[in-house]
Amino acid sequence: MSTIWETLEGYLDQVEKPARYIGLEEGAQKPPHDESNVAWLLTYPDVYEVGLPNQGLQILYEILNESPIAEAERAYAPWVDLEKVMRAEHIPLFSVDTHRPANEFDVIAFNLSSELVYTNLINCLDLANVPLMSSERSGGHPLIGAGGHCVYNPEPLADIVDFFALGDGEEVVSDITEVVHQFKSAKNGLQRRQELLLALSKIEGVYVPSMYEPTYHENGAQVLKPISDEVPELIEKRTIVDLEEWAYPKEQLVPITEVVHDRLNVEVFRGCTRGCRFCQAGMITRPVRERSDEQVRTMIQSGLKRTGYDEVALTSLSTADYSGIRDVVEETMADPVNCGQVSISLPSLRVDAFTVDIAASIQNARRTGLTFAPEAGTWRMRQVINKLIREEDLYGAVESAFSQGWRRMKLYFLIGLPTETDEDTLGIARLAANCVAIGKRYTSAASVTVSVGGFVPKPFTPFQWFGQNTLEELNRKVHMLKDEVRKTKGVKLKWHDPKATLVEGILSRGDRRLGEVLKSVWSSGGTFQEWSEYFNLDLWTSAMEKAGLDYEWYAYRHRNLEEPLPWDHLDAGLYKDFLWQEWRDALEEKGLEDCRWTPCYDCGACTGYGLDHVVASTSPPVGGSQGTWQDLDSGSFAPQLLQITSKAR
Amino acid sequence: MILRLQTTKIGKIRFASHRDIAKVWERSLRRAEIPLVYSEGFSPRPKIAFGLALPTGAESVCEYLDFHLDDQKYETSNISSLPEVLTRILPEGIAITGMVKMQSKYISLQQSVTSTVWSIEVKENIEYVNKWVKTVLDSEELVIERTRKGKQVVDDIRPYIRDVKSEENTLLGRTTIQTELSTQPRSLRPSEFLAAAEPNLTMVRLRRLKQFIDTEDDQIDPLDLGDSLNFDLELCSP
Repeated sequence: MSTIWETLEGYLDQVEKPARYIGLEEGAQKPPHDESNVAWLLTYPDVYEVGLPNQGLQILYEILNESPIAEAERAYAPWVDLEKVMRAEHIPLFSVDTHRPANEFDVIAFNLSSELVYTNLINCLDLANVPLMSSERSGGHPLIGAGGHCVYNPEPLADIVDFFALGDGEEVVSDITEVVHQFKSAKNGLQRRQELLLALSKIEGVYVPSMYEPTYHENGAQVLKPISDEVPELIEKRTIVDLEEWAYPKEQLVPITEVVHDRLNVEVFRGCTRGCRFCQAGMITRPVRERSDEQVRTMIQSGLKRTGYDEVALTSLSTADYSGIRDVVEETMADPVNCGQVSISLPSLRVDAFTVDIAASIQNARRTGLTFAPEAGTWRMRQVINKLIREEDLYGAVESAFSQGWRRMKLYFLIGLPTETDEDTLGIARLAANCVAIGKRYTSAASVTVSVGGFVPKPFTPFQWFGQNTLEELNRKVHMLKDEVRKTKGVKLKWHDPKATLVEGILSRGDRRLGEVLKSVWSSGGTFQEWSEYFNLDLWTSAMEKAGLDYEWYAYRHRNLEEPLPWDHLDAGLYKDFLWQEWRDALEEKGLEDCRWTPCYDCGACTGYGLDHVVASTSPPVGGSQGTWQDLDSGSFAPQLLQITSKAR
Repeated sequence: MILRLQTTKIGKIRFASHRDIAKVWERSLRRAEIPLVYSEGFSPRPKIAFGLALPTGAESVCEYLDFHLDDQKYETSNISSLPEVLTRILPEGIAITGMVKMQSKYISLQQSVTSTVWSIEVKENIEYVNKWVKTVLDSEELVIERTRKGKQVVDDIRPYIRDVKSEENTLLGRTTIQTELSTQPRSLRPSEFLAAAEPNLTMVRLRRLKQFIDTEDDQIDPLDLGDSLNFDLELCSP
């Protein structure tokens, strides 16, 4: 075993926030470096403050370190100041746990949660002294893997990464370990790299891109063919059936230095059935699998005690949908052990008054801000995206919040959605103005911050065929909103840079040819592209041009049903005809029910796997099913078709 | 009851900032289930007071903090095990090496400490350093310019330098300087001290060895201001 600490420590005085490179977190492990073990380096390709809280990485860290044949450490992308030192002093990428050089690990596995970190992945490989291209690596080099939401279209990284793991990682990580261990135990086993890759490709949920050869359809679209009969034609994502069996992380890491989401996180369920058509997370993580409220309570109690945190976040998509939400919140707040010093946060809130009541019961003193995501400015637009929040749901929530002492509200919206008209865009400003007007009845300090992001179509969503709005169009919409918002005092506008949206769009639905582009952006210094101070669109457009590729073709073009998609060989559990039907329904402004409380419409997530939604309670969540058209008490806004369906039940 | 603890900060943990360590303490005291008195008001905070900030990257064998134990909720017979319990919970490199009980009225660490002793390892060799030390000690004033609240101010730091000694570090050809610097009316930083005379010295390692409080005819340790507890403490060695 070796460590670079002795060299590194001499330079840490010269860099910003050196505590992010020392490890020492509560819960951190110091694996024994047993030569026969499969050593994983779990790497988050962004700075420590962003990467450390990642729950997926922490879950795998624990599972691997519990295994008798594996050991796992963590690495994060060094910030630019340390990178400079590392390059000058020949310090390789290292683990923060024991400061072991990255290339001494058997597997370097990356978490990919945003397209803009792809060049950081390349930079990490380079800092690790590992050849960048999969084809340039051999027996002595670590295997390079990746998981996370972006791997539902991993093609831009297909020539760089050796294998991708699709879906829940809890089980597949041990399957991969098993295979690597077999090869490692055999004499010169790791030298038989091709055989090893082939063996990996046979694991359910594992995609080994080098086992597939691309050809290009007449319009330029990529089609992949397996290079042999042994390789599966379709790679299905992995799904753990029962979240209850995986109560991880059991020992959440408590960092020494401040990070984002610096609190205890307890995942209450995985999956979502709301069916928002723009939302990739909601589609690819189906079906819904809830933890029992008993387990959630135990995880909160023991977690707070072990970590010393005074804040716990209940994490999931649309957390107020959790069946046991009220009980869990009330009992945690009432627990005498917490002495009234513990606060709960719900990062993903539904837009309705019930949610605000829950929020009110947990925020004891500090009512600083509350965030809602109506996503679109008009009911028509919200029907298209299937986010069926009525205007009065939002006003009810806002009224309830202002009346209970909140003074600042944050509203999230998307612009550039399919069929969007200027009326829809301006509807955002109208909603915000109305919210401020409601707030002014309670406090003169009422303010609303509107945050808009340009919509990027994602694989395995009904909008995967949609041509994203052009840079110019998104800029026009932002300016239009800026002008409109200026008319109302108390409304502030923030927006995501449309230039970054364009790059996300190129990569989100990109193909293998973009690997060259990524390399060329990286080699011209394009790292930390998700950081606005380092993002540079020119690097991307000139790299595209150099590679002879047209970014408009990738980002702006509508696809049709016949066109092969670069992720057609992957299976997120959703039937393609279901997604296509949803796309057609979206264009016709037809909403779709939440299947948790209505008959199954066969999206594929459960049926294909013999699974079912696992809920802690079969009745709709406390307070009814606000926030969807199913709350029909005052249903004048619900479309006719949906009313008929609901009467028929 | 108000307790004053003496701790170390040695090894990798030296790169954690003063602010980071404050948060670590809050969480560690909660984990040890040591109930604290909270401040009144809109957003109550536990009553913990830290001494003079240690520069990020520096080690120390003499850090102090005071905290207000909620006696109503704490079995006082457990106090003797408190240093050992906390040392186990705190990050590697922080160990509790002393504990006393303070009177309810006492002067804060920030106000009462008058000087600190530092061990500064510099790259330069002993001859070089000795010349430098002589220049410093022979000077009647040492004026440095520094930025304070965005403005350039000029300061004579000579009165802050109480003592300087140097010792050869034969292995690496480096030198270790031991110096006592005043902390009142402001704390002179070791980096400012090294910049006191030309040519400046290059610091490689810094450790705080001692904190002193001047009395009329003596110098005492911050722990001397408290009352020792009436049982054997399970203290930890650094």
